[in-house]
Amino acid sequence: MQLLLMAMNETRVLERLRGALRIGTLITEPAAMRPYETDGLTAIREMPWAVALPGTEDEVREVLAVCREQGVPVVPRGAGTGLSGGARPVSDGLVLGLSKLNRILEVDVGNCTARVQPGVRNLVISEAVTEHGLYYAPDPSSQLACSIGGNVAENSGGVHCLKYGLTVHNVVGLKVRTIDGDLLELGGKGFDYPGYDLLALLCGSEGMLGVVTEVTVRLLPEAPEKVVLLAAFGTLEAAAGAVTRIISEGIIPAGLELMDQLTLRAAEDFASAGYPRDAAAILLCELDGDAAEARALQSCAARLFEEEGAYDIQQARSAEQQARLWAGRKAAFPAVGRIAPDYYCMDGTIPRAALAEVLKGIGKLSKRYGLTVGNVFHAGDGNLHPLILYDANEEGQVELAEAIGREILELCVGVGGTVTGEHGVGVEKLTPMCAQFGTAELAQFERVKEAFDPQRLLNPGKAIPTLSRCAEYGGMHVHGGELPFSKLERF
Amino acid sequence: MADDQGAQLVDAVRSAAAGQRQLILVGAGSKAPPIDSGDALPVVEHTGIVDYRPEELVLTARSGTPLRDIRELLGQRRQQLPFEPPMIAGKGTLGGAVATGWSGPGRPWRGSVRDAVLGVEMINGLGERLAFGGQVMKNVAGYDLSRLQTGAWGSLGILLSVSVRLSPQPELERTCRLECGATDALAWMRKWARRFSPISATCFDGGVLSVRLSGMAESVDAAASRIGGEQSSDLGLWQALRDRALPTFRSARPGGTALWQINCAPAAELPTGPCLVEWGGARRWWRTGEPPSAVCAYAAEAGGAAWPAGAAPSFQTPLMMRLKRAFDPKALFNPHLADADAFQ
Repeated sequence: MQLLLMAMNETRVLERLRGALRIGTLITEPAAMRPYETDGLTAIREMPWAVALPGTEDEVREVLAVCREQGVPVVPRGAGTGLSGGARPVSDGLVLGLSKLNRILEVDVGNCTARVQPGVRNLVISEAVTEHGLYYAPDPSSQLACSIGGNVAENSGGVHCLKYGLTVHNVVGLKVRTIDGDLLELGGKGFDYPGYDLLALLCGSEGMLGVVTEVTVRLLPEAPEKVVLLAAFGTLEAAAGAVTRIISEGIIPAGLELMDQLTLRAAEDFASAGYPRDAAAILLCELDGDAAEARALQSCAARLFEEEGAYDIQQARSAEQQARLWAGRKAAFPAVGRIAPDYYCMDGTIPRAALAEVLKGIGKLSKRYGLTVGNVFHAGDGNLHPLILYDANEEGQVELAEAIGREILELCVGVGGTVTGEHGVGVEKLTPMCAQFGTAELAQFERVKEAFDPQRLLNPGKAIPTLSRCAEYGGMHVHGGELPFSKLERF
Repeated sequence: MADDQGAQLVDAVRSAAAGQRQLILVGAGSKAPPIDSGDALPVVEHTGIVDYRPEELVLTARSGTPLRDIRELLGQRRQQLPFEPPMIAGKGTLGGAVATGWSGPGRPWRGSVRDAVLGVEMINGLGERLAFGGQVMKNVAGYDLSRLQTGAWGSLGILLSVSVRLSPQPELERTCRLECGATDALAWMRKWARRFSPISATCFDGGVLSVRLSGMAESVDAAASRIGGEQSSDLGLWQALRDRALPTFRSARPGGTALWQINCAPAAELPTGPCLVEWGGARRWWRTGEPPSAVCAYAAEAGGAAWPAGAAPSFQTPLMMRLKRAFDPKALFNPHLADADAFQ
């Protein structure tokens, strides 16, 4: 009976949407919906009732209006590159894909801003303004494909956010359609408008509070000079120590990345970047500024790396040399993908001073679980991306990978860090969220959600775990002996 | 830990909630005007640096900690608060800086108060102690409820402690002064906004365009010689601008004029009459006798908003009121900032 009612509801909703949208805007064929059943977290899939791909802001409003009237859940989706399952569909609702809203509406050189639709790809913005010597700073590694609307939803970072900030620091205006149908016009082309900072609240809200329909980003002038240093270290701890040292000496590199031996060798095999294969770890350090500044920073950083035990330092000044050094880093994930059937990428952030301790802890966990873990990450801002290698075809390995992943995140929380630095909670980190927040905080998150979306129709089941889920998780820890893999030693 | 008043503040909130009393949060009293309704709850005794890690560029302090103490501590390690919060008449606390969200002269280059906030501990209207964010640079776990407290004027809860990102002090700072008209000054600011430079603040006031350069000595010197004008190592102007101590900010109202703050598109046309322009054009202080409706119309045309200088905002859109209720269901905190009747 319930199934029948649901099917009737589905039919009615789809009819309403067909009436409201132009032909071709609503996809209901299973084969055509296939690409939308998952995002960058491909292990988790779900088929929705339908996928709406509006081409105008009005159509977005229509879709939300139908969903609100009929009480239908709706999952906003950008380019589907997210790594935490934030855009995973729900089986009894719609996917609202914003990829067709992909126009750059205005490049305002005088105000150094660009006003764009949410489906515009990250890199396209910088390409469109490069003739003016400007660029959009946040550069997530998926920037070729990921959309600016998705960047807002995830508050995306990237290699250069250490110096130039995250999405929240580089977006000055937003238009957001709420599930109530209201249009929120937040910010503008300037800074710091009065009232609650809803713009900052929307950044990183994972499509739970509203649907972004327009984004105004700040454009920055390109630095005239860039230098990339590669420093090779004999131990992982020395490399981690050098990260802390350089920042505490007052140098803020444009990017500061660390790769351990496993990942640097995989990347070298894959991309021939010229990395020293015998190094226990390498740091890639990008410094930028005007000519005098870049030169001064370069010699200062090189000296500090040497003092911290770097035994080999390469300095790339030409764009070509720099591209080669970065190529290995950028290829690190696919390169690691070649040495194991599957890998699971984590995203904890920790205080930089705890890097050495946490990396050592990850090494111990890796031994105990018998799973290899590679480390390649944004060292400058303490954002770890441990890559857990496993084989999904081997029985029990998926669960083992998840278990070690959870322990790694608990390690991060234990040193005052967070379970997600930039990939978002999505569905993937709902349980680790319970380790980071208490019930009062989670209830506060819920009340904020309710202020925007009392029916809980927008992206339900994501980002914020329910209290009952956390209660179960807590129980799991109390009864440690009953955990899966209870024979494993823990610390 | 006598400086930790957290438990007392929780008690105060719970007893206010039980007794249906409202609370006016009072910091150093440097920015918020005195209000005579509700019970005043001083938070200025809740002081102390909880954690300072120079190598992490992070400081955590209780909200009543004087900005002066924080600046002194950071100065010893050649670090600074990037958002340059004002110390009006030499006063001000970290909590007040975050609650008002008033950013200083370097805002377009060094970021806002909100940009630097990494985490908060707070008490909501249910008398619960909550922690959001943390001490790390990147954190997308849960909604960003710590940045939301910036500029909320305490209407969502009492800030107990705040973790902020710090920045290194520049090696060298210089001021360049150029005499010019207002329109030329704005054009200059916008031209330089499109170039990479060590500019860290701009201010046009009374026929003089002042530019602050900050960075490594070589690049500051190189930029100073390109910019020209009268050069000086005197940075007093920037502190006076930060602390709203320039003659423009004096509260006397000659000829029935008022001083308005306008945050707008930086390249937008200037209003007529005397106007201090900073933030590369994005913040303007306009002294005028025009009626409020005309000032607001100008600001809207300029893609921004206007309000009387120093005034607290109100949070009266339906969504903002729902958000207020999500934190403070009994409307205990600073009821003058939101329409209390709306909560009945």
